Amino acid sequence: MTDAPLQTPLLKIRGLSASYGAVRALRGVDLDVADNEFFALLGPSGCGKSTLLRSLAGFEDPSDGTVTLGGADLLALPAHKRPVNMMFQSYALFPHLSVEKNIGYGPSRAGLAKSEVAARVAEVIRTVGLEGLGGRRPSQLSGGQRQRVALARAIVNQPRLLLLDEPLSALDRNVRAQMQLELKRLQHEVGIAFVVVTHDQEEALSMADRVAVMNDGEVLQVASPEELYRNPVNRFVAEFIGRSNVFEGTARPDGLEVAGGALLPGRGHGSYLVVRPEDIDIRERAAESSGGPAGGSAGGVLRGQVLETQFSGGSTAIAVATQGPTTVAGQPVLVTQPGFPTVHRGAEVELTWSADAARIVA
Amino acid sequence: MSRQRPSQRPGQRRQGLGVLWIPLVGCLFFLYVPIATVVVLSFNSGRSALNLKGFSLKWYPELFSDSNLGEALVNTLLVAFGAMVFSTVLGTMLAVGLVRYTRSTTLDAVVMAPAILPDLVLAIGLLSFFTWVGFSLGLTTVMLAHAAFGTAFVVAVVRARLVQLDRSLEEASQDLGAGWFATFVRVTLPSIAPAVLAGALLSFTLSLDEFVIAFFTNGPNTPTLPIEIYSRVRFGVTPEINALASILLAVSVAAVLVGALILRRTEKDDD
Repeated sequence: MTDAPLQTPLLKIRGLSASYGAVRALRGVDLDVADNEFFALLGPSGCGKSTLLRSLAGFEDPSDGTVTLGGADLLALPAHKRPVNMMFQSYALFPHLSVEKNIGYGPSRAGLAKSEVAARVAEVIRTVGLEGLGGRRPSQLSGGQRQRVALARAIVNQPRLLLLDEPLSALDRNVRAQMQLELKRLQHEVGIAFVVVTHDQEEALSMADRVAVMNDGEVLQVASPEELYRNPVNRFVAEFIGRSNVFEGTARPDGLEVAGGALLPGRGHGSYLVVRPEDIDIRERAAESSGGPAGGSAGGVLRGQVLETQFSGGSTAIAVATQGPTTVAGQPVLVTQPGFPTVHRGAEVELTWSADAARIVA
Repeated sequence: MSRQRPSQRPGQRRQGLGVLWIPLVGCLFFLYVPIATVVVLSFNSGRSALNLKGFSLKWYPELFSDSNLGEALVNTLLVAFGAMVFSTVLGTMLAVGLVRYTRSTTLDAVVMAPAILPDLVLAIGLLSFFTWVGFSLGLTTVMLAHAAFGTAFVVAVVRARLVQLDRSLEEASQDLGAGWFATFVRVTLPSIAPAVLAGALLSFTLSLDEFVIAFFTNGPNTPTLPIEIYSRVRFGVTPEINALASILLAVSVAAVLVGALILRRTEKDDD
């Protein structure tokens, strides 16, 4: 649950670097993945997460660093000899082979007897819920079914580590939510460590036990989803994980001093203050206090005017244009509250939050 | 403007050809009259095109009794088959190498050159080369020469297919424990099979009627069919030649149809 190194990691990555020509795709990555762990590599496109995954599979040649799996050097083995399997983003199902032959491809290459291959294939087909489709070609399957075939093909060899490259990106939105749960269930069931690459923070947060946030070839933070959300180490992680309001200024003992002298409550060191939308209390300003100077912290932390409210079932999102301090991105401050909106467009409001709810980060 | 039907949006294709059928028929006429001439004359009972007498099948049996033509046909088939095997194997390997292991456009151009260069250049070059290294001219040299440009065509066809092939298919195969050879045989080859087949057909038919290069690189005693035909038509086209051309036409059409059917079937499969 923390950044501390694991006692006996299954996968141990130390100082891994890779480059394409002049572009350094990985800059000295250190990571540990435990046995049976659901681990996510999260980052924007081009952050190096795919290169990292492909290095583990054996399709990229890192220039520097070591990777051990269960104590054995992984980089010394060619791709086809690694006890690691990968589920490809495009699924990469063999179009000329049936579902059964696709799944049986790995066991057959391993030299298992035909009856043994058939037994394993049948078992995995049951595991992923593809009964009755074994004779079909990939072209005769739906997107969700193809994904199951790809998954079955990747776990049938019983690898020690399963790599998943954007496993859900090719699916429709509603199928995706269902497959997220399914992947997690399956991971518990088969007891294989999963390393999944994704650019979708929701996906990473909802599935993974721990998440590594990457940017520009570096790992910025490794933590549980809750920890990442509550205690981001820097502005990038804060903005990448969930929705946030970020202010720039100078750290003081009890908050962040922003341009104009206002002090926003928060704890930590650095020059950015992060406050989550649901941690902000919003209330309409009493008429008598509306004559006060703008930008002050009298009463509330911030004052502003409601630009828009958006009711989406269980909760309401409210955009507030603040007077005085504005967010780094220049966007309105976002507030969310459970239930129906308590303020309306155009209302003069005060925003408050406690110092414990906001973090000051680098 | 006012006569335009309301359903017709601008830029929409019109129903029917209108007056466009006149140039269309003109073009088809231009393309197919020579072919029709050959077929018609092969059934003409008179000896010359100048006297169309009546329908006759007599030139066909006469054709088969001509042992020289038969020999030339066998020579041609040997050369075409050899060139096909040679260029299909070499061209496929070359295409895989070019697509999977380099990104050099220069190398691409170098490989494709024999297909684009004028035949005459290739013919003269090959003749000089064979003479220089002391290779006696005959069917082997023709076969090698045809394989040289056939390879370029096979590369072109197979390459186009390989470029479209999802690279991760081969990676998945490796990931599942197959070495490079098993991957090539079990994944790459089945995926590019239609293109390999099309390339093979192409190199076969190209060799079948190739004249210039064969003329330069052949020995005196083993004429291929085009050379044999040419040596006969110097004194006018005989009806037997028309019959032969008609048979070649039928064979080529059949080959193209078979090829198209195979392609269509495999494309349906992996669609």
